[in-house]
Amino acid sequence: MNTSPPRLTFYKGLLDGIPIALGYFSVSFGFGIQAAAGNLPSVTAALLSLTNVTSAGQLAGLKIILEHGPLIELIIAEFIINIRYALMSISLTQKLENTFKTPQRMLCAFAMTDEIFAVAASQKEHIRPKYFYGLMLLPIIGWVVGTFSGAVAGNILPASVQDAMGIALYAMFLAIILPPSTGNHPIAIAVIASALISVLIAYLPMLSFISTGFSIVISAIIASVLAALFFPVKDEIQEGEENA
Amino acid sequence: MNTIPIWVYILVMALVTYFIRAVPFVLFRRRIQSRFIRSLLYYMPYAVLSAMTIPAIFSSTGSIFSACAGFLAATVLGLMKKSLLTVAIAACAAAFITDLIIVFI
Repeated sequence: MNTSPPRLTFYKGLLDGIPIALGYFSVSFGFGIQAAAGNLPSVTAALLSLTNVTSAGQLAGLKIILEHGPLIELIIAEFIINIRYALMSISLTQKLENTFKTPQRMLCAFAMTDEIFAVAASQKEHIRPKYFYGLMLLPIIGWVVGTFSGAVAGNILPASVQDAMGIALYAMFLAIILPPSTGNHPIAIAVIASALISVLIAYLPMLSFISTGFSIVISAIIASVLAALFFPVKDEIQEGEENA
Repeated sequence: MNTIPIWVYILVMALVTYFIRAVPFVLFRRRIQSRFIRSLLYYMPYAVLSAMTIPAIFSSTGSIFSACAGFLAATVLGLMKKSLLTVAIAACAAAFITDLIIVFI
């Protein structure tokens, strides 16, 4: 086994992107099925995935499109559901190599998804643009091809298979948050606190007026404020201090 | 009757989503000095994913039983640090098998 720290090359990015791409294929397959069920043409569904590259946002958007809802509802829903990406983007700026100029940032921001962020953020070194290009390439392809395949062929799948595939996305989220929780107890506390608040909002009648999108934002903010107050982080990347 | 073409919806969605991602990514250049803010940003993504998953995962499949089976499979494999793909497939398989068994009970 190679024990030296892996360099963050384009090729390493591609490799790290493979599991995300395969996961995205299965998840977006489900999205394609739903789009086709709403009589959205396959190419339109694929275009939706290519331009948005976001699971929860697309699902909410698809519902609004199929209902011919007002654009303002679409804008508010997308804003609330996707505001977590702003947090991830800000978080990742603290780990970028200084070769990340405005064009590189504008290009990479396009693919700031939960999984790509999580993989990039978990690297021990500073992130280079080439690594990020490699990391984002296959997941985007998987997301678009999966959507198209689901829209074209999804109706062949029995309902039991479609039902079971509904959990894929959430299982991936667990696969992202659980490993760091085992080695880092403050992360575990943030994860558990956020889940508890989310459950309280979902099931306490007095809080039932809060929508799912807001619930995610509120739970995450309270949990991370608590974790940040009680377990402030040390400087992980020391050399970053010199640029400050 | 609403006559907004689909491409307008898609364009609006795409722009909102892109700007949310790109504006902070392009504008934040300096290292954030506040230790509290840096800590907040460090914990936030994990907290977001946790709140997205719980309790939504329990209504993501055909029944609460298959969802629990999938959740259990994902939790055990996640704690064992298996890859995203392995965990996702195992959870789907657990949910699928559980719903099959329930039909026969």
